[in-house]
Amino acid sequence: MIAQTLQSLPQVLVDGVTLGAVYATVAIGYTMVYGILELINFAHGEIFMSGAFIGTAILLVLNGAGWLAHLPKLLVLLLTLLVAMALTGLLGMGIERVAYRPLRHAPRLIPLISAIGVSFVLQDVVRFIAEWRTGNYIVTGVTLYGSEVNFGSITVKSNALFVLGAAVVMMAGLDLFVRKTKWGTAMRAVAQDKDTAALMSINVNRVIALTFFMGSALGGATGVLFAQQYGTIDPYIGFILGLKAFTAAVLGGIGNIRGAMFGGFVLGILEMFASAELGPLTGGVLGAEYKDVFAFIILIAVLLFKPEGLFGQAVKEKV
Amino acid sequence: MKRNGMRSWLAVASAALLVSACGAGGGGAGNNANGGGGGGGGNVIKIATQSPLSGSNATLGEAIKLGAQLAVEDKQDEFKKLGFTLQLVPYDDQGDPKKGVANAQMIASDADILGVVGHLNSGVAIPSSEVYEKYAIPMVSPANTATEVTDRGLKTVNRICARDDFQGPAGAQYAVQQLGAKKIFVIQDKTAYGQGLADAFKDAAQKLGAQIVGYEGITVGEKDFNGVLNNAKAAKPDLIYFGGLYAEGGLIVQQARAKGLNIPIMGGDGLDSSTMVQIAGSAITNTYYTSVAADVTKTDAGKQWADRYQQKFGKPVESYSAYGYDSAQVLLKGIENAIQANGGKKPTREQVRDAVRSIQDFQGIVTKVGFDDKGDNKYANVYVYKFEGTKYPGTQVAAMSKQS
Repeated sequence: MIAQTLQSLPQVLVDGVTLGAVYATVAIGYTMVYGILELINFAHGEIFMSGAFIGTAILLVLNGAGWLAHLPKLLVLLLTLLVAMALTGLLGMGIERVAYRPLRHAPRLIPLISAIGVSFVLQDVVRFIAEWRTGNYIVTGVTLYGSEVNFGSITVKSNALFVLGAAVVMMAGLDLFVRKTKWGTAMRAVAQDKDTAALMSINVNRVIALTFFMGSALGGATGVLFAQQYGTIDPYIGFILGLKAFTAAVLGGIGNIRGAMFGGFVLGILEMFASAELGPLTGGVLGAEYKDVFAFIILIAVLLFKPEGLFGQAVKEKV
Repeated sequence: MKRNGMRSWLAVASAALLVSACGAGGGGAGNNANGGGGGGGGNVIKIATQSPLSGSNATLGEAIKLGAQLAVEDKQDEFKKLGFTLQLVPYDDQGDPKKGVANAQMIASDADILGVVGHLNSGVAIPSSEVYEKYAIPMVSPANTATEVTDRGLKTVNRICARDDFQGPAGAQYAVQQLGAKKIFVIQDKTAYGQGLADAFKDAAQKLGAQIVGYEGITVGEKDFNGVLNNAKAAKPDLIYFGGLYAEGGLIVQQARAKGLNIPIMGGDGLDSSTMVQIAGSAITNTYYTSVAADVTKTDAGKQWADRYQQKFGKPVESYSAYGYDSAQVLLKGIENAIQANGGKKPTREQVRDAVRSIQDFQGIVTKVGFDDKGDNKYANVYVYKFEGTKYPGTQVAAMSKQS
């Protein structure tokens, strides 16, 4: 049993890291918004889903026009990513403007409810469009990099390398942006104290809009890569994935960007490990269906000892 | 210019032809439906159909109705000789239990109706048949597979299709005996349907001597099944069985092939969907599914019948058209037997009910029919289909019967 586990471990790790990269980039969106507004943006999973649909739609249109065969794949992927990022970024900003900004001074629970409302609206709008265009809301797109790459005993879909690569580039870029640029400094200032930041001549509304734009663009880009990785999408993929990404953000310490990245990878690997090895390790008593239970038990254990999350700082309540 | 003008004129003309052809076809069907409508009096025998004629399942529901209609028309002359006018009364149950029960009450109040062909949905058949039982109206179901339909032991309820709990064992028979599977990995989706199917398959496969090398669950709605498939790959199975629906099934097939698991993958009728093929793409080959509906065009007689159906109604046969036809035939056979037993007089509903249940050897167009004491068809088969290439539906490769 142990030998079998060890043998399949490298493959499990690779699959886990790929899934973790998706969780991590989506988790960043949750954590950025929470850090700045202390709002759990439950519509973020649906922004991810919208990104997946926008990317798939672009590729299907290009394919239908017959251009896909003539353009270099890499260029197509980059273009699709950029367009999807721009559109989902604007979508995120729009949601903030319409559903959150008017409620900024309302009690905490009110914007939470409007977030849930927005996520239902997005699900059904996307479902309506998908069903109207294709007659079926489960959409199968065009896969650009569908071939398999072998490293010894490990098989990886070549697209997984793009998922990982893009995730690392986006996360590193975001980290640099937040720490080194003027806008990043402004963001951190607003996160610390909105009113004081406003006194320091920071345009708080604009910083918040920028935060939503960036978080949503990352989520949208991840959606495109997700659709590429799994081939098939439906309007409800954002729900479970959003929940897990949110969990990853909490695990890393919500509000902390690096924590969210780390939490995403940890959750992805834990989940993949549990679903592959739980059965063999327990002799078939607990099967793969308990993977979420397993992952969440570890999460609870971590939070019991470190309630602020792995990377979070215990912040004193603002007075 | 001239050529363009000519072409558009042609287009208009052909469109007009098409429209008139459709009109004629539609009118014909309409007339036939009302064929004996004018009759009445003491020597009228009616049978009813109950199936969804509107809503999302209307295509299948109409297929049942049209099948029954064809059977009634075939038999009209025979009944005339016996001195009876035979009529069909179609009811629309809308796939809604409430509507089905309301229709059942209407059927009960029409004393000329001696039997019902229906329903499409088990959820509608179960409450409606309580009404039939009360008024002793025999029901012959073409499509209800839920075990509970006949397990309640009602005297009026019969079905000619297989039961849900036979799909798993039939799949296991095919997997072990035909495909020679010895080490089987089972995946299920933790729903009542998926787990029930997978468990039934697992038990039957073990009885047939196969080894179950893994039994795992997945979550509906997720897209990444690499974890479970890694586990499957390590167990080195020679067949994977999946109890669940096409949304997850398609992805499992696709991701399994990407991992180099080029072994047969099998599932139940939950995989019987064109979306399954879309999702899995070219990975679909070597995938099997079981279904309670046979491909009627497999036999020569069936093919002729399908052509006749198409000619008459201007529509291709659906999977349940032939089952609608056979159900009505069985019902009419029961009525005929009851007439004879009654000395040529119109039988009571109770007599027809018992005559239908006692049918033992009836050869229909798509299935042989013989009812056991619960009303299940002893000869009901489960059919195994294989996806050959990226197209839907698959090809019927085997019929598994309960006897073997």
